[in-house]
Amino acid sequence: MKSTSYEFFKGLWKENPTFRLLLGMCPTLAVTNAAINGFAMGLATTFVLLGSNIMIAALKKLIPDKVRIPSYIIIIATFVTIADLGLAAYFPDIYKVLGLFIPLIVVNCIILGRAEAFASRNSVGASLLDALGMGAGFTWALTLLGIIREILGMGSVFGIKLFGESFISWIIFILPPGAFLTLGLLLGLFNALSKKKAEAN
Amino acid sequence: MELLLLFISTVLINNFVLSRFLGICPFLGVSKKLEVAFSMGLAATFVMTLSAIATWLIQHYILMPFGMERFLQYVAFILVIASLVQFVEMFLKKNSPALYQSLGIFLPLITTNCAILGLALLSALNGYGLVTSTVFGFGAGVGFTLAISAMAGLREAMEFGDVPVPFKGVPITLITAAIMSMAFLGFSGLIAM
Repeated sequence: MKSTSYEFFKGLWKENPTFRLLLGMCPTLAVTNAAINGFAMGLATTFVLLGSNIMIAALKKLIPDKVRIPSYIIIIATFVTIADLGLAAYFPDIYKVLGLFIPLIVVNCIILGRAEAFASRNSVGASLLDALGMGAGFTWALTLLGIIREILGMGSVFGIKLFGESFISWIIFILPPGAFLTLGLLLGLFNALSKKKAEAN
Repeated sequence: MELLLLFISTVLINNFVLSRFLGICPFLGVSKKLEVAFSMGLAATFVMTLSAIATWLIQHYILMPFGMERFLQYVAFILVIASLVQFVEMFLKKNSPALYQSLGIFLPLITTNCAILGLALLSALNGYGLVTSTVFGFGAGVGFTLAISAMAGLREAMEFGDVPVPFKGVPITLITAAIMSMAFLGFSGLIAM
């Protein structure tokens, strides 16, 4: 029997959706040109994940097995619409930057993946913790990518300038190629790290 | 002329995979073999063109007359795409078993390809007409096929390369994609949109 805290902490590292499971790659690459965007995208995804996980765990006995995937998608799409309208109303600046990738949370494999693999067979409480952990794991991964790309590409973090005037920014890092490159190098680094850890054990 | 420009710009300049980051999952997942990648590209192009038409019709004849496009759009589009994929699958199975065989499991997988939903939302956002949407959908599909086939070709060649162990698989693919994406940036001067 796994402890309750495990359901939360597994998302942070052991089953991290970005670095370990390689899920939700599209938003990971697309919106991380600045730290704040990655962070906001992570929060929006966490909100949808939390809502859909709780709802699906609560309704799992009512949803017939044969139509479960369409039912999940409708529940997810509903929460995405809530997030979309909420962001548009309260944070129009962030909403403009994230743009298309807010509605695309609907097809983010993390959410449907957690619904199918976790929420459909666990209690509401466990699903809540699972959603929070996975969401936090996704958020820190996106924020880290955003921080690296923002430092290299613009010489700032969360909009605060780090270097003097003489700093020459590598524009390439806030352009599409920088996204692929940063994530590729980070994944390689994390693979090397976890291999070392496994060998030490 | 304008349609041709839109087509070229969707295929090369605003390539769905390499500059808009749509459809990354199949791009990373199904790009090991050239033949398979090409079938995936074909299936996606087919569904993208059809769904561009279908979602345009839904948007203009159902959602907009009833003023529902703001809050029912996502639910409606994803359902239309999912059922469209199902119909295409059934139709091909009955009428063109050869094509159905070659597309195999890729057809159902396309439902969760964010390029399809992204395409529908983008053309609704840009206010394209029916013909423009169709060309946009077809162009996006061709661009996807181009990117995934090129990547598969590179990966086939790379299999014999001496890649450091931690970088095997996805990391090296991403780094290759970065270089490809840089090359595609060069197309941005091709036409001024």
